[in-house]
This record gives sequence, structure tokens and C-alpha cells, in this order.
Amino acid sequence: MARKITPPVVTVETQAFWDAARKGRFMIPICAACCRAHWYPRAICPFCGSDKVEWREAAGKGAIYTFSVMRRAKDPYVIAHVTLEEGPTLLTNIVDCDFNKLRIGQPVTVVFKEAENGTPVPMFRPA
Amino acid sequence: MTIKGKAYIAGAFEHPTRHAPDKTAAQLHAEVALGALADAGLSRDDVDGYFCSGDAPGPGPPSMAEYMNLKLRHAESTELGGASYVVLAAHAAAAIALGKCNVALITLAGRPRSEGIATGTAPRSRDPNQPEAGWEAPYAITAANGYAMCAMRHMHEYGTTSAQLAWVKVAASHHAQHNPHAMLPEVVTVADVLNSPMIADPLHRLDCCVISDGGGALVVVRPEIAKSLRRPLIKIIGAGEAVQHLGGGTFDLTTSGAARSGPIAFAEAGVAPADIKYASIYDSFTITVVIQLEDLGFCAKGAGGRFVADGNLIAGVGKLPFNTDGGGLCNNHPGNRGGMTKVIEAVRQLCGEAHPAVQVKNCDLALAQGTGFQLATRHGSATLIMERE
Repeated sequence: MARKITPPVVTVETQAFWDAARKGRFMIPICAACCRAHWYPRAICPFCGSDKVEWREAAGKGAIYTFSVMRRAKDPYVIAHVTLEEGPTLLTNIVDCDFNKLRIGQPVTVVFKEAENGTPVPMFRPA
Repeated sequence: MTIKGKAYIAGAFEHPTRHAPDKTAAQLHAEVALGALADAGLSRDDVDGYFCSGDAPGPGPPSMAEYMNLKLRHAESTELGGASYVVLAAHAAAAIALGKCNVALITLAGRPRSEGIATGTAPRSRDPNQPEAGWEAPYAITAANGYAMCAMRHMHEYGTTSAQLAWVKVAASHHAQHNPHAMLPEVVTVADVLNSPMIADPLHRLDCCVISDGGGALVVVRPEIAKSLRRPLIKIIGAGEAVQHLGGGTFDLTTSGAARSGPIAFAEAGVAPADIKYASIYDSFTITVVIQLEDLGFCAKGAGGRFVADGNLIAGVGKLPFNTDGGGLCNNHPGNRGGMTKVIEAVRQLCGEAHPAVQVKNCDLALAQGTGFQLATRHGSATLIMERE
């Protein structure tokens, strides 16, 4: 039995991300001025302050920076920070695996899981 | 400009309750305010500055000033989670140094236990306008699994063990046995901690702090006023603060904001970690203590696990007596915010009024360290150094 996923808050800053997610595409924001990717996505680049932030499709690949299995929950789940190939590290869940075999540094790949309202939410599974 | 020597902590009070279903939050704020003023030998009419944080009902100062009928010429509300009250003590000293007020009252109160809040194991409700809300709520980050991620990474990088973390709880429990108000007064062993249920790997139930109702208050005053009162002279000599976050996706979860707030406070005070006789260290979880001790310079980065092991934090046993009231891990974590009780126990130690079994001899220099909100995402850090004249 999978945990019910709280729907993400969608804003004018992030609408494009969720529109792409519905088509199965995992986007990350990259600044056209300083060429750096950041997370969580915002309209103003947190590194240089430029508003020339563009959405690019990410490889959807990364490695587990850290994680924890939440045992004290009706349906245990894994919270994690995953470092993407493109640079930034993001908060996520690790899914579709034996929680007891996870390790830091493990390669993972993006997978979308539906929130309660049907919005596809990016999560990761072992590669 | 420095706050060193510009203000004194003249009164401190910790509410004895740990469960207050029969009281409102405002009532608890007022009770701790009156307690701290009585401790100082001052009255409500003497208060001209009021400081509070996000636990104060509604907008904070206007509501609470009216409830308590205070006549204020200076007010401040600062929200850095559980670290707020360590910050507010420093801000009160700064306001006094600038002549903005003479007698500053700081209060904290909350009732998470009566309100049945699943403090550590369920996600907190968020303001949907928080820019990070959409990127975190779906993943169900909680207090426990967030701090657990920090512990996991610390173990990975430095070889810290669950048994070492457990020593933090063991030390707190050795102190709590002497505190008649402590929620968990029983002494526990490393095995007890390791055998308690796993909450979020690698943190067990006994790695987590208690959930309690209650509160506390401080009264910070001008030097002339402090010297007119019949209380020991507890001088604020240094303070630092920092806000740390994920920085656009580039971060290190094994280092906290204490790595920045600590050096600022030590520099202002003109003392070093080795000079500190007693330390109150924020203990939301055992790992919180280990990381802050490293960041404050009590040991090298990565050596925190070895530093806390074998009773090194137990008063009368180890080199650095900490949280002699039992801390958040065993005594009290009122309103899910532990910074207030951190300052209060440091003041007790400096006044020589800690329990005799845990009182540090000749305790003339103490530190209080707070870490508020979430170490695995964004948090406030505050360091306060106090000296008994």
C-alpha cells in the first residue's frame, strides 16, 4: 500500500514544470546568464539574480546524497536528497525498491508518481 | 558597536507544567512573564520592551502586550524556530545598548501536547505562499526524518555510530533524574536507546526530544538596573546568529549554522570554546547536539561522535557538562521550541542555582546554542555567551 502523496502547490513560477511533468518530462531551471542549474525552481536565479531562468529537460539521473526510511508511518517511505547530474541536490522520495538495501551514493533515476489529485510528482528509484 | 556588557539577564523562569490542557497559550505566556519578573524582583510596570516569536498568539507583540497590559516603547517578533529565544536575548541586549528600552521581557509558550500535534513524525502544515512548499510537501519531510538524513550523512562521512549518538541521550537522562519536573526522569543506557523503536533511520525513539506544553521567559535589563536588584549579575558578553538553507541546491548537511554563529559569538565575547564551563546545546535530536558541538569548536568536524561518548557531557563526569536540566531530550521542549530552556538552564548554572547534583563548580562562563526549524532544509542558528560577574 503506497503512501498518499500530498499534491504540490503549483504557482505561476512553477506551472511550466508541472505541465511538462504531465507529459513525463523532468525539467530543471537553468540560468541563461550564469549557466547554472538550481533547485527548488524559481523565477530569479539564486546564484546571480538574473531573471533569465529557462526550463531545460534534465537527464533525470543522480545519486543519493542522504536518505532516511520513515518507519513510524502507516506506510513507511524514504525521504532523500538526490544530487542530479546537472548539479543541484533536491529533496525527494526513493520509491520502487527494497528500502533496506539503499545506500548513500547509489545511482537513481527519475520516476513520476501521482499525487492525490493526479499531478505527477518526480521521485527516484534505483537506476 | 558591541553588546558585550551592555545588558544583563536579571530574571529567568521555566513553567513547571509539561501538560496544560486547562490553559490557553496566552495565559501560559503571561504566567511565565510574571514568573521571570518575580525572579528579577521587577514588576509588569517596569517592562518597556517585549520580544516574542512565532509561538505568540496572532501577531505577537500587539496581542500579548494587550493581554498582559504592558506599556511598550520597543517590540520585536523574530521567527527562527526554536533558536528564536537565544536570538531574542541578544536582540534585547542590542535594543538596551541602543537605549530603546530598559527592561526587556522575552516569552515563549505553547501547547503541542494538549493539541495532539504529531510534532516529529507528520509533516507540518505550511503557508502555500512559502516558495519551497510545493517542492517539499509531496515528499512528507518531517522533523524526525529530516534530522535523520543529517545523521545518515554524518555517519557516512565521519563514521559516527548510533551508539555514539545514544550517549547524548544517556547524558541528558543522568541530569534529568535530578529534575522533579522532567518528563523523562529515568536514567537510560546506550542499549536502551538502541533498543527503542526506530522512528526514521538511524534515529530511534530515544534519539528524539520530548513533546511538551509549557514555556519560559527571560528579563534582560540595563546594567544599572541589574546592579540595583538582589540577583547574581549575569552579563551577556557575546552573541552570533546565522540562517542556513539549501542554497539553490548546493549544501552540506553535516555542518549547521552554528559554524557561523559560534565564531561570531566567541569573537565578541573574547573567549574560546575551551573556556566555557557549561553549555546548553539545542537537542531536538541527538544528532543535533553532535553537529553543533563540532561547529562551535568544542571538537573537530567529524569528531563529535567520539567527543560525546563515554559520558563526556555528564556533569561531574565529563569535560563538557551540557543540558543539566535534562534538556529537550528528557526534560522539556515547550511549544516544540527549545531555545528558551537552553538560556534558562545556562542562567541557573551561572547563578549557582542548578540542582546541586549537576551544578558546575565555579560556573562563571556559559554558552547557550539554538538551532531552529529543520537542519535538513533551512534553519536558524543562535549562539549566546554569558558571564557571571
